[in-house]
Amino acid sequence: MSLSKVKFDKKIVLSFWIILIALIIAAPTLLPVFRLNLLGRYLSLSIVALGVDLIWGYTGLLSLGQGIFFALGGYCAAMYLQITSSSEFPNNIPEFFALYGVEKLPFFWEPFRSPFFTFFAIWIIPALVSGLIGFLVFRNRIKGVYFSILTQASLLVFFNFFNGQQKLINGTNGLKTDVTQLFGQMVGSESMQRIFFWITAILVISAWFFAKWVVKGRFGNILIGIRDDEPRVRFTGYNPVIFKTIIFSIAGGLAGISGALYTVQSGIVSPQFMTVPFSIEMVIWVAVGGRGTLLGAILGAVFINYAKSLVSEALPASWMFIQGGLFILVVTALPEGVLGWIKGDGPRNLLQRFGFKRKIETYPSLEVNNKEGNNE
Amino acid sequence: MNNKDLLNLINITVSFEGFLALNKLNLNLKKGELRAVIGPNGAGKTTFLDVITGKVKPTKGEVIFKGKSLVGRKEHKIARLGVGRKFQSPRIFENLTVKENLEISVTTPKSPLNLINKNIKDEQLNEIDRLMKIVNLAQKVDSKAGSLSHGQKQWLEIAMLVGQKPDLMLVDEPVAGLTDEETDLTADLLKSLSGENTVVVIDHDMEFIRRLDSNVSVLNQGTVLCEGTMETIQKDKKVIDVYLGRPED
Repeated sequence: MSLSKVKFDKKIVLSFWIILIALIIAAPTLLPVFRLNLLGRYLSLSIVALGVDLIWGYTGLLSLGQGIFFALGGYCAAMYLQITSSSEFPNNIPEFFALYGVEKLPFFWEPFRSPFFTFFAIWIIPALVSGLIGFLVFRNRIKGVYFSILTQASLLVFFNFFNGQQKLINGTNGLKTDVTQLFGQMVGSESMQRIFFWITAILVISAWFFAKWVVKGRFGNILIGIRDDEPRVRFTGYNPVIFKTIIFSIAGGLAGISGALYTVQSGIVSPQFMTVPFSIEMVIWVAVGGRGTLLGAILGAVFINYAKSLVSEALPASWMFIQGGLFILVVTALPEGVLGWIKGDGPRNLLQRFGFKRKIETYPSLEVNNKEGNNE
Repeated sequence: MNNKDLLNLINITVSFEGFLALNKLNLNLKKGELRAVIGPNGAGKTTFLDVITGKVKPTKGEVIFKGKSLVGRKEHKIARLGVGRKFQSPRIFENLTVKENLEISVTTPKSPLNLINKNIKDEQLNEIDRLMKIVNLAQKVDSKAGSLSHGQKQWLEIAMLVGQKPDLMLVDEPVAGLTDEETDLTADLLKSLSGENTVVVIDHDMEFIRRLDSNVSVLNQGTVLCEGTMETIQKDKKVIDVYLGRPED
């Protein structure tokens, strides 16, 4: 990598940080509550996108079932909120149970009375479930398109199960959270939503740093090795099953956190979180933003979703076409995604095509000395 | 079979839906030996490596390495026992740098916890420096492995193999696509590795095998046709019939 390119990257990173921090500080005062709430939701989606980038961008596992873990996190949060706000309802259990004649709380609800349990359950339960599914799949050396199909099939299984269990978790109606109470405040209230926005912003940044820590160094190199040539990794003495299980479990945990944050900000969790298109959208965010860049996953999730809501407001029926077109554009023209394109000198190549002269990168003498490492 | 043997293949038969890729193959390797394995296409050379490294489970027979049976063990466990393999076409991690490739090979223990928690040990860094000098890649440390020339990729993979510190090195066609000069250097490198390590080289290139100056096993139709020095092999009538006398394909 040449000197100017390093500088270029640093400039991007620095300006990104300045814009980001300014945005987070300014957002609650600048944006109307409705917009702030949308931004908070989309930021929480970027956490699940980070997980998709870890397993797909780095490890080559294209999961079409991240909605499972996303929804599990959401249900954990919603169950806690429902149960702590149910003191006025018959039998002191959430209101919807009365609709189906249930008088006793199902056993698995009990631990969700505890905020501590819930705090851990939100990410540990999805991580355990994804770890278990992952281990069984990876141990049998199922990969590539078979892995994708299998994750999608699991998604459908979970969807149908959650959809059908009225007496356990209110089935297709889902669990509402906006009228529940948290620490004496209504979850759907303006002040609560503002707090959730801050929490989300902080967690997105933490998740980003966590993901960066995971992929840096030798652990991340093994993930890339598994993506590019798994048998070679095996013959070098590493057990890919363990590495894949760990990273899939991490992605599951991130999806859970993401789902919980999304739930409290959108006011409901329902089996709709486990529909097939939603999980595919998560993959599209990462593909558009840039696979294997982490930052691309965050930007992809936020910008595509924001664009979705703006476009849908103006031209209600057209979003699906735009999203499809965007995906086709990325697959055909920008296979590395937008961020990958920028990092790969894409903008300058484009300018050159329109007749702009390419700037010489450094002084000619440095240019010669740097040739060695610069010949890609 | 005796105690000096590092590896014994006993009556190995591998059947792919009735087709016998290996047929009652017997082969013994002494510690520190350099052994060349040749044979016409389809003789079972690569399957023979697949059996040792655990990629293919033999239908019948036993593989004994350092007194332990390898049959049924997973590939990564066999690798950890001390069997290293270099593939036919160079298989390196093209998206990683030369140094990162070597880090992957020299790192021990190869557990996720060790990789994520700890920095690489100093002695392993020294080993990487040493390896890069041996294969002339010291200037390319931070280049992506994918940007190397074909010969450099071959050497990087050999360096990765050595970095694994295996007791047994299985080298599949190390000089395919190399220039004459590179071929000679590779032969010298492999010769210098034997003695301390046990090396099995599979190749088609007769000049190269002759340069290795080692014992040669000739495979044909999944079994060992003949064993001995290059001179003996070249005079053997059976070998001339099936291999040397026929134009190479």
